[in-house]
Parts: sequence; C-alpha cells; structure tokens
Amino acid sequence: MQFCGDFRTTYEKDVKIFQTPFIKVCMGFLGVALLALPFLVKGEYLWIALQILIAVIGAVGLNILTGFTGQISLGQGAFLGVGAYTSAYVTAKLGLSFWIGVPAAGLVTAMAGMVFGVPSLRLKGLYLAIATLASQFILEWIFLRWEPVTGGSYGIAIPRPVIGSYTFESDRSYYYIVLAFTVVMTLFATNLIRTKTGRAFMAVRDHYISAEIMGISLYKYRLLSFGISSFYAGVAGALFGHALKFVSSEQFNIGVSIAYLAMIIIGGLGSVIGSIFGAVFMILLPKILSVITTLVSADFPSLTRLVTAFEQGIFGLIIVLFLIFEPDGLAHRWKLMKAYWKLYPFSY
Amino acid sequence: MTMQYLLQLVISGLVIGSIYAAVALGFTIIYKATRVVNFAQGEFLMVGAYVCYAFVVQMRVPFWAALLLTILFALAMAMVLERLVLRPMIGEPIISIIMVTIGLSLVMRALVTAIWGNDILVYEPKLFQQETVSIGGLPVSQEFIWCFVLSMVLLVVFSAFFKFSKAGVAMRATAFNQQAAQSMGISVKAIFALSWIISAIVSGIGGVLIGNINGINSSLYHFGLKVFPATILGGLDSILGAALGGLIIGLLENLSDGLCKAYLDLSGVKEVAPYVILVIILMIKPYGLFGTKEIERV
Repeated sequence: MQFCGDFRTTYEKDVKIFQTPFIKVCMGFLGVALLALPFLVKGEYLWIALQILIAVIGAVGLNILTGFTGQISLGQGAFLGVGAYTSAYVTAKLGLSFWIGVPAAGLVTAMAGMVFGVPSLRLKGLYLAIATLASQFILEWIFLRWEPVTGGSYGIAIPRPVIGSYTFESDRSYYYIVLAFTVVMTLFATNLIRTKTGRAFMAVRDHYISAEIMGISLYKYRLLSFGISSFYAGVAGALFGHALKFVSSEQFNIGVSIAYLAMIIIGGLGSVIGSIFGAVFMILLPKILSVITTLVSADFPSLTRLVTAFEQGIFGLIIVLFLIFEPDGLAHRWKLMKAYWKLYPFSY
Repeated sequence: MTMQYLLQLVISGLVIGSIYAAVALGFTIIYKATRVVNFAQGEFLMVGAYVCYAFVVQMRVPFWAALLLTILFALAMAMVLERLVLRPMIGEPIISIIMVTIGLSLVMRALVTAIWGNDILVYEPKLFQQETVSIGGLPVSQEFIWCFVLSMVLLVVFSAFFKFSKAGVAMRATAFNQQAAQSMGISVKAIFALSWIISAIVSGIGGVLIGNINGINSSLYHFGLKVFPATILGGLDSILGAALGGLIIGLLENLSDGLCKAYLDLSGVKEVAPYVILVIILMIKPYGLFGTKEIERV
C-alpha cells in the first residue's frame, strides 16, 4: 500500500541527510553545476564564487558555535585572521607546503579559540559577546604589531598551493581545492549535528542547566564547540589568504566578524543550509550594491559620496529589516517554500 | 619621565574618561531598563556631535540654543528608533538584539557620512574660551575643564533623577520586575521609550563636548566600543559603576599608552589596553565593581 506523503517511522530515517531520492538527484545536479562552474564563468564572477565557498566554511563554523551551542561570538573575523597568518607563516616564512599550512592554521586557530573560549565557562549571553569582542580587538592589535611573524602593516605575501610540479596558480584550479574543502567541511558539520556531540551542543544551547543535570559536561562541550568553530574559521582564513596571495590585518577587522554574524542570522541560526544561504546572500549583496552604485554614480557623479556611504547603510538596513520581519532567517523561508511546493497545487 | 608628563596623562585621561562615563551611562540606562545591549551608543554620540555642528556652524545658532536643539533632536531620534526598531525585538534572543543594534549603527554611520562627509569638522567659533588655566603648575585648556565638569554634572543629575524622581523610581521598578511594575500602573512601554531618550541625550551631549575638543569626524563612533570595558568594569547594571568605570578606563588607557611609549617604545597601546583590562575583569570579577551578581545553582 502506498501512503500519500513522507512518513518517517524510525529515528534513522528522521536524521538521514538526504531525505528522499528527489533530493539526492537535486544534490547531484548541484554537484555537477559546482564542478562545471569554473568553465562557465570567469574573472570576477569566479572570484565571487571562490569567496562564497570560503565564506560558507566560516559561516558553518560560526553556526556550530552560535547557532547550535548558543555561544555568541563577535570574534570570528579575528579567528579567520589567526588562520590566515598561521598558514602564511608556515608557507611563506618556514617554506612548508600548503597541505601542512592549512591544517596547521585550523589547529592553531582552534587553540586560540579555546583560549578565548575559556571565559565562556563562566560567562554567557551578553558577557560572552563582549569577551569575544575584546578578543577581536586584541588579536587585531597583535596582527598589526607582532612584526616578525605577521609582517606588521606591510602584511605577508603567500603562495598558491603546489602538488608535485603543478601550481594551482589560476583561480580556476584553486577553485577546485576550495570546493573540496567546502564540501568536506559542510558534510562534516551536517554529520556532527547528528551525533551525540551535536545533540549535546543543542542541549547546552536550549537549557544548559537541564543539560548539565542530564550528565552533559558544559565545560567539555562549550570548549569543544569553540574549538571546532575556530578550526573552521582557521581553515577558511587560510584558504582566503592563499586565494588573495596576501595577508594583512585590515582583512580581518570587526566588520568581518559582523558580516559573519549577519550571515548566520540572515541564513538561519542552527541550520547548516542556513549558513550556506547566508554566506551566498552576504557575499552577493555588496557586489550587487556596488553594481548599482556604479550605475548611479555614472549618471549622477555628484551623488558618488552619498551612494558609497549608503552601501554600508543598506547593508545595515537589510540586517535590521531581516531581524524584524524574518527573525528565523532564509532557512525558515526555504522550509516554507518546500512545504508549499510539496503539495502544490492542492495545498489544503 | 617627568612628574609633569604624568600629570598631563592623568588629566587628559580623566577628560576622555568623563566622556566614556557619559556614554557608558547612556548604555547602562538602556540595559538596566530594557535589557537591550546597545551597540549603537557610539553612533548616538556621533549624531549628537554632528547635529550640534549643523546648528552652531552651518546655521549660526548661539551655542546654548544649539545645545537645546540637539537635545530635542536626540529625544525625537530616540523615540522614533525605539518605536520602529527596538520594540518589535522585545522577546527575541539576545543575539538578534545585538545584531539589530549593530545594523542600526551601520545605518546611522552611513547617514552621517552621506550628509557631512568624512573630513574632520571643527566647531567655529569655539564653544569655550581658549585661554589655559594653571593646575599644579600645568597649563590646562579650559575646554578640558568644561568637558570634565559638564559630564560630571550630567552624571550627578541623572543619578539623582534615578534616585529621587518619580519617573526614576518607575524605571528602577521596571528594571527590577517588569510584570510587577506593570501591575502597579507603570507603563513599561513609556519607560522603555524614556530610557532610550535619556540615553540618546546623555550620549549626544557627550558628543558635543568631545567634538569641541578634538573636532568631529565619522570615527567618533569608536567611543561606543569603549563603553564595554567601562560598563563591565563598573558592573553592567550600575549607574555609579558606569560613571566610575568610564573614568577609570579613560585614565588607565591614557596612562598605559603614555608609559608604554616612554619606556617600552611601544605605540598604539591605547587601542588595546581597555580590552585587555576588560578580559582581565571578566576572568576575575565578571560582575564588575557594583553589578548585580546573578546566582544560579545546579
């Protein structure tokens, strides 16, 4: 007998990553599209795609910490910086390969994240937000002043990755490396939240006192969450550094931290797909705005100053409007859309 | 290192600290009454400074009238923002509230840059006399003294307001327990609006004072970020704590900067010192000097 609808009778079915064959096919198409992308677009558009992939890693990492574990972090930008500088130091100054630099970046950033996460054991909510804000400013200052390692205000030039005699010099070849990292790390995050650790994270977020009563060690899971999240930030930062072939401190300022927070809020807190939507949205938004501003300032040169000022303003305005009118983010909207089309045209 | 250099550092530290105190006061008032963490506090200061500039320099209004108009402007702005942006956010998680005020700060910064540009603007004519006064054999400009005295007056007035006036008592009652306050006939909505208004006015005046000393440009909002070390040091929900915390942070920031420059040849300590202090306080005394301790037992 064939039931009409999607029934899940076991827990295993409920937590499957790809719920239906249809979704598997869709993901297959998405995969092919992502693989084919570098041959379809080039130049600036390919660069945007690269940025989105890197931002997805960072946003997924932040969502593990903020969305799933409920620990607010205003320091993601600086942690990206720790990753970028570590990889830069390992590859440019020590002369080791990219394949050592990126994992090293992840690990060092995870360490740094756990150090700054220690206050989270005593602090929560607002206090934690402020502690991470402080870590952002302190790290930024270190980037600028610790000249032997970070190159100070001159920054460091770093190479693209090499395998054997092949250098991934073009954006097109580098895209595939980043794509591989993004896919693996996104899948890892999706799997992580289905495990005991992931459920413990959510328990800590939803009610940490109950979580502790049920035997979940707050100490362990909060610190672990900081570690994993910073690992993601470190890898994203390192990939970004190698993409730009240059690392300097102003790439990792407080604005970056805010942009990443905006990604996961606009995308949807506590949702991996939400982080992806958020990353796409937040990377595309400034590009679209700047296209509009160039159009406008070509016609009205006197308005250039006004319009460039408004770029930031519109960015802020969109965050505000999203929070007021769509507090659950794009992931929620996506769910509603799916529910609508599932029963279309007989939705009642 | 002379005694005079040290004294100079102390005086300028106290003056900057008094502005921090004013902004921190505004922050604490909002946090105490509404539990909203206002990341746009520095923008309130910036807007106050620019609006006063517009009245004094661009429209040639006498200073005292301009100050009054600035206060009126801050009042209107706070009412509108509270009604349109903050009230829909009641009951949302803290991260959304933080984000909405960050978004608000970006919008305000953009508006200010769009209207007045990025250049440094100077109040002309100066609001206070330029002659210096000698304190302990050290020439101190009158602006510094005025700035310090006025912010201290502001702090005293508002502390008294909270302690003695009816509205102040109602605000404290709301901060303590919203439901109980409402059942006693206090309009919680009106209290929320009032706390935003007071906060915007205090910060706006702070902006006018600091703008008068250093000139104004769009990086004035940095004062808003120094609010966090100050309020954490003082205890987040303590008015006295905010005032003291602001002064102490200003003092420590200036002293550490001056000393590191003189002895360690390390510049730029000013930018990071308040946050190092902040982290240390959070590690050893997270509820600050006067803050309410939250006790939870598991």
